[in-house]
Amino acid sequence: MSDFNRSAPVEWGLRAYLLLIFAFVFAPIAASFVFSFNVDRFPSLPLGGFSLTWYQQVAADPLVWEGLRNTLIAGITVSVLATALGFGAAYTDFRYNFFGKSLYLALALLPPTIPVVILGLAMLAFLANIGLSGAIHSVIIAHVVMCAPFAMAIIRLRLSQMDPSLEAAAWNLGASQWVAMRHVILPFCRPALFAALFITMAVSFDEFAVSWFVSGLNETLPVKVLGFLQGQVSPKINVIGTFVFITSMTLVVLAQILLVKRSTGRAAGQ
Amino acid sequence: MTAPSRPGLAAGRVPARSETPGQVRPAGVQPAPERERKTVSVYGLTFSLPMLLWQLIFFLAPLLFLIALSFWTVRNFRMEPDFNPDNWSRMLGRSVFWEAYLRTLLLSASAAIVTSALAFPASYAIAFKLSDTARRWAIFLMVIPFFTSYLVRVYSWQIFLSDNGIINAALAPLGLGPFPMLNSDFGTMVGYLTLCLPLVILLQLFSLIFVDRNLVEAAHNLRCGRLRTVFEVVVPAARVGLTIAALFCFILTFGDFVSPLYLGGGDPPTLSILITDTTKSGQQWPRAAVVALVMIATLLVIAFAAVRFAYRERGR
Repeated sequence: MSDFNRSAPVEWGLRAYLLLIFAFVFAPIAASFVFSFNVDRFPSLPLGGFSLTWYQQVAADPLVWEGLRNTLIAGITVSVLATALGFGAAYTDFRYNFFGKSLYLALALLPPTIPVVILGLAMLAFLANIGLSGAIHSVIIAHVVMCAPFAMAIIRLRLSQMDPSLEAAAWNLGASQWVAMRHVILPFCRPALFAALFITMAVSFDEFAVSWFVSGLNETLPVKVLGFLQGQVSPKINVIGTFVFITSMTLVVLAQILLVKRSTGRAAGQ
Repeated sequence: MTAPSRPGLAAGRVPARSETPGQVRPAGVQPAPERERKTVSVYGLTFSLPMLLWQLIFFLAPLLFLIALSFWTVRNFRMEPDFNPDNWSRMLGRSVFWEAYLRTLLLSASAAIVTSALAFPASYAIAFKLSDTARRWAIFLMVIPFFTSYLVRVYSWQIFLSDNGIINAALAPLGLGPFPMLNSDFGTMVGYLTLCLPLVILLQLFSLIFVDRNLVEAAHNLRCGRLRTVFEVVVPAARVGLTIAALFCFILTFGDFVSPLYLGGGDPPTLSILITDTTKSGQQWPRAAVVALVMIATLLVIAFAAVRFAYRERGR
């Protein structure tokens, strides 16, 4: 495209602006990483000196370990449940047409649009009323509600790349529906299933608001961070943030690799 | 639910975006007759029911329960089922509530406008000025913040914005400042941007990518100026995405209690702070439910208006 509307200053201005935006987005992430290794309690420039004190302090804090344990239990359970529910709903949407389908889909996909404070309050009140609040399973229940839509979206996307007649072909070759599910649908969805597992785990790993409402004494790590935030300045937050960032990014990159492998696997497989 | 039809050869099924459009179905393969019956099969229910039940019980029921809860009474620190409009008249009769309501509405509306305005040049640059590879990288980088803790980023901003924080320390040698930035609406807005900017950029981007380049080219050929092309060709063509992005920003900031509390100071409170305070400081859950329901009603109205605006038939 070469036309009179291109001008170098505008092009470069836009690019510089884009860099500025990226700087804004990544400044807090980078700062928390840098200051987690800084020796001073009160973060300021210039940096005080490299130290692992805060890492040692975090490692020695039993509250952090307890939070981490709760986070891991919740994260793993949530990812499995949410992925299973999400797969079922995605497959239902892929294969069936029925009365009230749009309501079904709305119900399945709506949770992320409800503000977390409202969801948190509603869950707390409801679960307390049926005697299920204040425990790790309350967090799991709430997180599955919030994560299942993501799992469903990821798996639905994968299913939409599948030729619907593949399944029908399996039936015509004598496979029962269950057998076709096991040997056609599930293998086709495998990369998306793993991607959904990792993404939902990452979402559950970071979620703090609803957990804060429903967890009671069984606080997850992000809820502990919220607690630290209420207290005084604590470089521990930076350490935990760096740790959570690295964990989440590992999960996301794993999911990404699986989704990329999907396309190559597809080229080879079909 | 449902009589899931058993589509023989994918007959009743909307063909999902298949690799080879217009593919011809192999001849001679007929659906077995029993597969055409419309029955509720165990097989179908195995996959459709879990999500339905889970979201009915743990998503819809809690939200509906909020309505009932808002009519309960609290006696001696215990909640009792009741049908008492007292909570409603108390909460809605307080000036504190309406101040918080107005404040939240204003903050979220400004956040939606400011974020959209700041995001647009960036998404425009990503969509129109970058190479394919660079664009893919930009999208990947914009996704990363979703997987970092929002709390940690807010804490990080405290380090930047506090009176002896990084920004003021950097400005001091120049003889500027110190500027009080924390515990102000400016701080709240920085937090809101942290929360929404990546999402808004991505949503804007996905609508800008699909803007027909020929339209832009045509406008240029007709000697339409650069800015005018953006505002009269690109923005209208991407209106749906731009509106939805602003709507998401509004919804997210409307329900966020972290930025207004830890960067904005929390005084005067927003509605979400009102909910967290009322919930955790005692047993006044019914009153918190009133606030939550007012919030839901507001969001529904705004979402409905935004969607109508987004999909409205183009004038002319």
